[in-house]
Amino acid sequence: MLSAFDNFPALLIWLPVIGGLVSFLIKGEERIRTWAMSSSILTLVVMGVSMLYTDDKHNMLSMVSYVWLSSLGASFSLVLDGLSRTLCLLTAISFPLIIAVASRNRYEQPGAFYGLLLLAQAGLMGVFMAVDALTFYFFWELALIPVYFLASRWGGERRMQAAFKFFIYTFVGSLLLLVGILYVYSKTPGQSFALGAFYAAELSKTEQLWLFWLFFLAFAIKMPIFPFHTWQPDAYEQTATPVTMVLSGIMVKMGVLAIMRWLLPVFPDVIPDVDNIVIGLSVIGIVYASCIAWVQDDLKRLVAYSSIAHVGLMAAALFTLRPEAWQGAVVQMFSHGVNIIGLWMVVEMIERETGVRRISQLGGIAHQAPVLTVMLVVIALANVALPLTNAFVGEFLMLNGLYRFNVWYAAFAGLGVVLSAVYTLNMIRRVFLGQTREATAAFRDIPVDQRMVLAVVVVLVFMVGVMPAPMFEMAEKSTDFLLKQIRPK
Amino acid sequence: MNAIVLSALWGVIMMYTGVLSKKASVARAMALVGICLLVVVSALDLFGMPLVSVRTTGMLEFSNYGHLYVTVLLVCTAVYLLLSLDSMEEAVGQLSDHCALIFFSLAGICVTVSFKSLLMLFLGIEIMTIPLYILAASDKRNLKSNEAGLKYFLMGAFSTGLMLMGITLLYGSYGTFVNEGMNLGMGLLSPMAIAGIVLLMVSMAFKVSAAPFHFWTPDVYDGTPTVFTSYMASIVKAAAFFAFLRLFETAFGKMQPNWQALMAVLTAATLVVGNVTAVFQQSVKRMLAYSSIAQAGFMLMAVFALNVTGKQGLLLYAAAYSLATVGIFAVLTHMKDYTYEGFNGLARHEPLLAGLVTVFLLSLTGIPLTAGFFAKYHMILAVLKDGGMNWLAILAVLCAAVSVYYYFRVIQAMYFKDGPDPGLRFNGTLKGALLLAALLIVVLGIHPDWLLSLMNL
Repeated sequence: MLSAFDNFPALLIWLPVIGGLVSFLIKGEERIRTWAMSSSILTLVVMGVSMLYTDDKHNMLSMVSYVWLSSLGASFSLVLDGLSRTLCLLTAISFPLIIAVASRNRYEQPGAFYGLLLLAQAGLMGVFMAVDALTFYFFWELALIPVYFLASRWGGERRMQAAFKFFIYTFVGSLLLLVGILYVYSKTPGQSFALGAFYAAELSKTEQLWLFWLFFLAFAIKMPIFPFHTWQPDAYEQTATPVTMVLSGIMVKMGVLAIMRWLLPVFPDVIPDVDNIVIGLSVIGIVYASCIAWVQDDLKRLVAYSSIAHVGLMAAALFTLRPEAWQGAVVQMFSHGVNIIGLWMVVEMIERETGVRRISQLGGIAHQAPVLTVMLVVIALANVALPLTNAFVGEFLMLNGLYRFNVWYAAFAGLGVVLSAVYTLNMIRRVFLGQTREATAAFRDIPVDQRMVLAVVVVLVFMVGVMPAPMFEMAEKSTDFLLKQIRPK
Repeated sequence: MNAIVLSALWGVIMMYTGVLSKKASVARAMALVGICLLVVVSALDLFGMPLVSVRTTGMLEFSNYGHLYVTVLLVCTAVYLLLSLDSMEEAVGQLSDHCALIFFSLAGICVTVSFKSLLMLFLGIEIMTIPLYILAASDKRNLKSNEAGLKYFLMGAFSTGLMLMGITLLYGSYGTFVNEGMNLGMGLLSPMAIAGIVLLMVSMAFKVSAAPFHFWTPDVYDGTPTVFTSYMASIVKAAAFFAFLRLFETAFGKMQPNWQALMAVLTAATLVVGNVTAVFQQSVKRMLAYSSIAQAGFMLMAVFALNVTGKQGLLLYAAAYSLATVGIFAVLTHMKDYTYEGFNGLARHEPLLAGLVTVFLLSLTGIPLTAGFFAKYHMILAVLKDGGMNWLAILAVLCAAVSVYYYFRVIQAMYFKDGPDPGLRFNGTLKGALLLAALLIVVLGIHPDWLLSLMNL
């Protein structure tokens, strides 16, 4: 039965697409900003309205499915279940914030900049909602193209090389994924790309094993999991900060979601063979990235490495196959997105005011800019996963799951949490406290509109931190459903 | 069928046009009318409404797939002529004569895709390529063009010799020229027949420039006037591939396991050689020549697999690859500087052109939403469905990843670097034709079923 509300998933894609395409045509920077902002807020409103409608039985708010290529068995299928909804909500909330931060800067060819941003939003929404493998692959690639152009056109001096490295890495991954998808497709009953058909595909254990690695490589590059992370610090450092926010806050979640929906339930039989390898890599990544973050002098690189550590914990938690760890991962995907976007905002505001990002050249900002400092401390503590902040619940549950899986993994991953406290607090101390330096002598506190943007992040941090229950309710049924797909085979 | 007659006829008409009127505009109009008529006639054939029917007992055989393939190639030729007639006049003059040659080679293409007897394969390929030898050398005062023409002729004659030798040996073994008539199965073959089959394979590999028989390609493509390279590298190549597929399907299809490993090696070598050497090119024209070898590797996968998915893929590949190549070459023809630097800053000066070239490049790379994606999709699926050699699919996608390097260099030059205005003179018609090509690519990239469903008419 189709009701008007079943169109939410399609709306969430078409709104940013139209918004993005129109942005290319508008003249005048001010008008483009206003247009992009209103477009992204409209998407957020639609997302918000869609949250009011739930179907408790299936935990599927709504689903659209159009026959697309009947001869290939592909359909344009989107679904908003708890998992998609969490991530779409994150995307919908993030973009107005990102555009608000970006609109303080001047970009060459603003029409193209904001247009590409909105197109990237459409692609991301598509990846999060797709339940047809071909649709999924389409959006997986299409989210990449606008981001590639954004990363190459605006940003630091070496941006072209960094963006190209990023593109090649992910493109290799996605092409291998394509081979994998086509192979599974050829083994599905009735030759279909539907997610259900993928879960029902008859694959021998050997087939599952090599297919697993094909899929995993694509997702691991995107997240990124150690040792496939080498594109990331360069890309984050060189891209313009609004683009970095899209990359790190939202895009890495593509990989996490894909592992939950497209990897583990499709190849359940090989998980016992591979879980130690993947969790091992993830845990190495956590410790390694945390250590490197500690010694970084560039603020952007510091946040980049911190992101690798956090995503590594999510990957490790997923492979434990424990329900609480999965729920934690879903909630943490949302929280990590909010927190890291908040951190990038602070970095951007510091860079905008002082022109430098080197920690060694900064110091004593707290005297000049108390508001910014307070906001940063809240976001930073959330990044460390202090209780009462949003990241605490998620990380706690993930570590708990990891602990029950194997104590040693949990111990090392826990070390990562400790290290994250070390480098984050160290950063606060060196940048915000201590002596004022040349670059920070004339630091003015942030203007009202930027305060409001940061305030939104801080509110989100506390809201989810104090009342995580609604987020868990949303995640629970989806994760239960997916875990059920993994268990009985 | 009717397309063969009409294209040969129209070639003669074009020659007389040149005698009767020296005006380029007349020749241009006649050429466009001719190609439009050809498209219509071929489409009528496809929908089962031939204008005249001729008995071609034992020589030619027409299938739906063949008609569709020819129609697709003719549409691409129409786009090509729209884009190139002006530059052709500018580059080599005598428009009507050169158009006549193109129509003659189109007649060859129509014969090539419908041969039933090996003799017709030979004739078709000769009719198709002999006009090309002339076109390659058409820039008479240019040494490189002369070199290209001679080289093409020598290599072409050599490979045709091999083909004839192969046909003779097969005739000697089985006493027939008809594809199915040889009735080759999995049984034991005489050494003479094996030699014949291998010679045919080698000569076809020459024609489609598959490694290791590709050495003529870069020099010939580079030396030939760019307007004609575009035609040779796209439409003619796609037609030769069809002949390759048809030969191995109808004549040697039943003994596929015998030659499949050899074909896999050929495919893999073509993919690797084409992609890796393309990386090192400094001229976009040469890069496109090597990339045509790389793309040939993908098209060979259809011959390797010989299944329906592969045939669908070849059809899509012909359309996607020809349209994109023709489009990029049309822009390249107008450039003064063929190096990557020549493209610097194109997006700033010519945003529309840069956008269209980007669509063509993305299609060649195989990014979703372009026809190139579904072309590659079908090829990979064809190999996976065949089952025996999945490594070929993995190798192919890794090579496709390499191709990002040289295709995206052009995108980087256009969008992220600054350069002087290249002063391209593109009138409305040219832009319209480019837009049409890009539109077709995107439409096929969203809904390839519209083309593929015509296969089952």
